[in-house]
Amino acid sequence: MRIGVYVCHCGGNISEVVDINKVVEAAKLEGDVVLVKDNSHLCSNDGQTLMLNDIKEYKLDKVVVSACSPQFQGLTFMRVMETAGLNPYVLEMANIREQCSWAHYNFPKEATDKAIDLTKIAISKVRLDTPLDSKKMPIGKRVLVVGAGIAGIQASLDLGDAGFKVYLVEKEPSIGGHMAQLSKTFPTEDCSACILSPKMSDVPANKNIELMTYSQVESITGYLGNYEVTVNKRPTYVDPVKCTACGDCVPVCPIDVPDEYNEGLSLRKAIYITSDIAVPHSYVLDTDHCLGLFPLACSKCRDACEADAINYDLYPEKVKFTVDTIIIATGFDIFDAKKKPMFGFGKFENVYNALEMERIIGCEAEGKKLAEVGKKIALIQCVGSRDEQINREYCSRVCCMYATKLAQLMKRSDPKKDISIFYTDMRTYGKGFEEYYKRAQKSGVKYIRGRVAEIEENPDTKKLKLKVEDTLSRSFIESEFDTVVLSVGLEPNKGTETIRDILRISKSSDGFLQEAHPKFRPVDTLIEGVFLAGTVQGPKDIPDAVAQASAAAARAIRLMNQGEYEAEPITAWVDEDICAGCGICVGICPYDAITSEEQSDGTRLAVVNEILCKGCGSCSGACPTGASQQKWFDITQLRAMLEAAL
Amino acid sequence: MSKKIIEITDEGNAFLEKVNELSGQVVTLCDQCGTCSGCCPMAEEMDITPSQINRMVQLGQVEVLDLEAIWLCASCFTCTVRCPRGLDPSKICESLRQMTLRKAIDYMDIRDISEKEMRRLPQIAIVSAFRKFTG
Repeated sequence: MRIGVYVCHCGGNISEVVDINKVVEAAKLEGDVVLVKDNSHLCSNDGQTLMLNDIKEYKLDKVVVSACSPQFQGLTFMRVMETAGLNPYVLEMANIREQCSWAHYNFPKEATDKAIDLTKIAISKVRLDTPLDSKKMPIGKRVLVVGAGIAGIQASLDLGDAGFKVYLVEKEPSIGGHMAQLSKTFPTEDCSACILSPKMSDVPANKNIELMTYSQVESITGYLGNYEVTVNKRPTYVDPVKCTACGDCVPVCPIDVPDEYNEGLSLRKAIYITSDIAVPHSYVLDTDHCLGLFPLACSKCRDACEADAINYDLYPEKVKFTVDTIIIATGFDIFDAKKKPMFGFGKFENVYNALEMERIIGCEAEGKKLAEVGKKIALIQCVGSRDEQINREYCSRVCCMYATKLAQLMKRSDPKKDISIFYTDMRTYGKGFEEYYKRAQKSGVKYIRGRVAEIEENPDTKKLKLKVEDTLSRSFIESEFDTVVLSVGLEPNKGTETIRDILRISKSSDGFLQEAHPKFRPVDTLIEGVFLAGTVQGPKDIPDAVAQASAAAARAIRLMNQGEYEAEPITAWVDEDICAGCGICVGICPYDAITSEEQSDGTRLAVVNEILCKGCGSCSGACPTGASQQKWFDITQLRAMLEAAL
Repeated sequence: MSKKIIEITDEGNAFLEKVNELSGQVVTLCDQCGTCSGCCPMAEEMDITPSQINRMVQLGQVEVLDLEAIWLCASCFTCTVRCPRGLDPSKICESLRQMTLRKAIDYMDIRDISEKEMRRLPQIAIVSAFRKFTG
């Protein structure tokens, strides 16, 4: 056996703390090691060439790289092994950056000792490594996109245009998401509905996209290339083909419900269409509020429908299909301002949240008019963001700019409006944002740095008195306003939790879904073939959501376009001679990859599905007899590693 | 010391508008970054700093006119060339001085100066003395 050991400086990231020479000298003393070298950037082209040449020149058959985390550059060095004609699984990496120089930067001696130990452990493991072959698995061109907001729409259109079959599932009666509710977009002030509606109508027009609205994903089983999906489709009781959207059914309906699309500022009937730009453009009968279908209590809408589009004899449908990859784009909810009672949202008449104000500005025809909200208006920032009291530590990223936009739009409707924005910090990081902020200041919008402590309502005039410290002049401001708008933050959508449970995707501490790597895999999840798009991953504005959606589509295409993929070879395997068939591993496997199968002689045996198995090692740990082992991490290797460490 | 409480009023807004009009600046553009105070050669002598002057105007505090700071501004324009928002703080100061000057109240009577003194005083000193003691 001829082992080569490489120690990387990582351009100072390692060498400024760890004494590289000591690591090199220690490695030279290990058995089977024929070559030890150090390099400033082993992952660079130069470093890779050095390794390639050494493997040939010194006839190395196994390699240890003491550098960064294998999560970071593992693939790079595996590729070097392949190019050199060696199996990529006779390579070991000792993580002397994240686990030594970065973790113990104040303790160089101890960090060096640890680096030596980790390198020795890696050498002892590589001695016992055997070549592993990855299996080629077929993969098709079908994608499930969950959520049809702007991110879901963009991902679906990209995939559909590229010739992939898309199943787009949306729980609301219309696609479009929150963007369809907005008045205008910052910083360009494009009319939100006007730029969104052509994209929305592109969806049903795309022959590769199968749109399922009023539907929810019920279950997903399987693996990359073979995800079996069940969708629960609610009946709308209105045939979208026959419905001409004439609206004759609306006046006859006796039920009034707050209109969700208008944030409850106006009323809708139990039979309704979400908005003028709704896609599919068809009415929906909301059975949660209808007087009743079973037994039929009213039937006035059916009698009024000339197109004969209404049919009450429909039942929820379960639709099953198979896809190869999945994109999650379930979006966000706005923070419920009632959780901050000092602002009196829901209690004081003239306190609105920002989405309500969007509707007031965007939808002058119905509900509250902008002219009615008075002249003196205050916007309060960071309601539901940057606040540990309510467990929202993060910045919601869009509020500074949408408040600026609302202020601009209000100012434009009436230049006499006196608008103050009470902010914590102004964050105008995006393209054109700072210029837009400056424009708002120029138009006379007052920016006052301070978080509003509380709001009092005058019971007679309904005016609102704010109390706040202006932290720039260090003086108190107490002032009366006609209207207060709360710039509420973004939080994970409640529907996301369902899909998270089904797919077992991890979430970050803020509650949004976690990407596989914050820098290099921002749209991937740790589940193979499952990607994230839009605000489901964290608060972001429209251009960022669209960019991420296209990125998710591209990442999905990258997997599917080859027609086959290499399955992870590090899986569990069961020694049939030892397995007692107890079935503990079956229950413990988080991926449902192990089944207990009855043999011809009546005994039971655990059988591993190598495609489903992600190599987590749970079964190996739980197995009472040691029959269940993980390839590349079997018990002899672990023992050798322990011995090297002690 | 009890803190003064500010109220945002129509009168205050009118004062802000007036300063904008006289100075040709938009005072709400000021970001309160402090560049002007940092580079002002007179700031150390002032009772409030130049950026505080801007803040008081933004919040419509007419009391800014009673402070000494606006009279200590030497109109050296260092702040003007350095303001990252392109504002001209010296013009803001000048407009505030003008608001007082335009009240045209004289504290110095030229007839109280003796002929001998008149002859010895440079003209510029007489002009500036009039300005300083007006309003």
